[in-house]
Amino acid sequence: MADASNGQSGRVSGSRVSDRSRGYWKANVRVKVPLLIVWAIFGYVLAILLAEPLNEINFIGFPLGFWFAQQGAIVVFVALIFIYAKRMDRVDEEFDVHEEELGSARKRVERLGGQA
Amino acid sequence: MTSIEAWALVFTVLTFSLYIFIAFRTRVKDTEGFYVAGHGVPAVANGAAIAADWMSAASFISMAGLISFLGFDGAIYLLGWTGGYVLLALLLAPYLRKFGKYTVPDFVGDRYSETARAVAVVAAVFVSFTYVAGQMAGVGIVFSRFIGVSITVGVIIGMCVVVIYAVMGGMKGITWTQVAQYTVLIIAYMIPAWAIAARLTDVPVPQVSFGEIATKLDQLQVDFGLNSYTEPFTNRPIQDVFFVALALMVGTAGLPHIIVRFYTTPSVRAARYSAGWALLFIALLYTTAPAVAVFAKTNLLEDVANQPWSERPQWVRNWEATGLMAFEDGNGNGTVDSITSNPEAAPGELVVSPDIMVLANPEIAGLPAPVVGLVAAGGLAAALSTASGLLLVIGSSIGHDLYYKRFRPEATEKQRLMAGRIAIAGAVLVAGYFGVNPPGFVGQVVAFAFGLAAASFFPIIVLGIFWKRTNAAGAMSGMLTGLTLTALYMWATLYGGMEPWFGISPEGIGAIGSVINFAVTIVVSNMTTPPSDEIQLLIEEVRHPRLGGEAIRLPEERVSEKA
Repeated sequence: MADASNGQSGRVSGSRVSDRSRGYWKANVRVKVPLLIVWAIFGYVLAILLAEPLNEINFIGFPLGFWFAQQGAIVVFVALIFIYAKRMDRVDEEFDVHEEELGSARKRVERLGGQA
Repeated sequence: MTSIEAWALVFTVLTFSLYIFIAFRTRVKDTEGFYVAGHGVPAVANGAAIAADWMSAASFISMAGLISFLGFDGAIYLLGWTGGYVLLALLLAPYLRKFGKYTVPDFVGDRYSETARAVAVVAAVFVSFTYVAGQMAGVGIVFSRFIGVSITVGVIIGMCVVVIYAVMGGMKGITWTQVAQYTVLIIAYMIPAWAIAARLTDVPVPQVSFGEIATKLDQLQVDFGLNSYTEPFTNRPIQDVFFVALALMVGTAGLPHIIVRFYTTPSVRAARYSAGWALLFIALLYTTAPAVAVFAKTNLLEDVANQPWSERPQWVRNWEATGLMAFEDGNGNGTVDSITSNPEAAPGELVVSPDIMVLANPEIAGLPAPVVGLVAAGGLAAALSTASGLLLVIGSSIGHDLYYKRFRPEATEKQRLMAGRIAIAGAVLVAGYFGVNPPGFVGQVVAFAFGLAAASFFPIIVLGIFWKRTNAAGAMSGMLTGLTLTALYMWATLYGGMEPWFGISPEGIGAIGSVINFAVTIVVSNMTTPPSDEIQLLIEEVRHPRLGGEAIRLPEERVSEKA
């Protein structure tokens, strides 16, 4: 789905958008896809589609399918978002597009103010 | 006044004073503060505010009870109302934050067309109004049940408090009040849950200990002639559980009052983290709710099932007095032979409102009156926080998207701010009216708001970011086809007497509507001209944290830009 349009809309992508920011966007999508697959596996395959067979297995006192559907999947969802945010921090650094922290932005403004 | 009423009053007065104090400290003077809290909300605080915005009176009061009567299939709510945050965090939040404007219609309007903006305004206002009426009704019910005033008086008190902090502080006031409201509601939910877990098992952590009780409950349910609790798909067929969960998840990611909260963070990075914090805070309640459901159902069955009604325990007598439990001895043998939460669908001798499961918890656990009072404050916090978030969406749709963007682009900052305040105040009045006189369809419409959001907003926003070729014609056709088919199916199955196709209930049809919206948008976009260079550049900028100016801007810098 990502940028199937690059061929046709090359005018903009070609002229104004550097290869570097196109590389950044690709890296961005590469971070997401595996996380979305894990999301689907826990949220739909384990918690719903395979719930009946998994319920035969006992996990810390729960039937496993029931545990996935009412506890496990939620815990995995939380973890996925933090993993995503962490990985994107690394991608942002790598492509040098990371943002300033609010504190350092404030210092910069103060410095500018001091000079003026 | 009973001691429970007195304690509920004490906690309500205390928490309401806190909310108004916060509102006074966070009052704003410009539209940026009013609509997006000046982009100055740290990730953790925004997470707590999203969690409070998200968890409504229904999550707090009704959800555990609903799950306790659905058993395994109650997972549709647990999965559906949490999994959407993964979609939000990965597919929408960082890009909409970079976009940085005030509302969801703003993005739709700038990315597609003015007509699309108008459709988005109507959809946002419709979804938010149906939702907010339920919250106001919830405020009235908590007041009447715990403090003993009439529902109307309760709604009016709630309206006054919301008006004070929403009109004075706009998004900034709402945000910081929501942080306080989250704290109140999570404490009020956890204390009884932990106390019951400690009473029923050796481990006081409900998330861990309810497995043991669930297995015991399986046996109790079977002995009483009900389905085994943990057995899947006894209430809904497997494909329906699948589609309802999907519709709720996609719908979550399309709800305007949640999306706008991501505009308030200082940076793109903070938007990503705040989604994580939001779901963590939500998960605290959402992993406790299934435990509460199991504990409460076990207590209920042990205390009344197959027992003579004349020997029912005191807590049952107390709640019977509120009309939330009613016993009709169908066969005249004096014992409780069947229990139902929905007498229209499944008749039973003892009719139990699902709301009892949370409300009666402290009493069942034998906790003192102050804890019951705290639960009342928690229910009010849940209802008010969601109501204020929704009212802001309505206010900004009317004050910003309609008044400023469409009719008065030359309006001054001062006029725009005044328009926003008036729009919110007006919305509170309308919401209050519907809270006192709820139209019969509200309860159902709230459940279906998700399906409609899934079938309208989500696909065109995601495609608008991820596929540059998406154009206005595609988005409009996709949005209208998805909305129309979803609404038609809902109407036909609910009122038209149509049999659901392939066992898919009206709650689940939004998932299909969303897929249709995706497909139509892609096909029509491909058949029509690509979007202009300006719009393609806008997409590049939205995708990139720094291209075309950073998201981080300090108030000092904004002032200099305006000058």
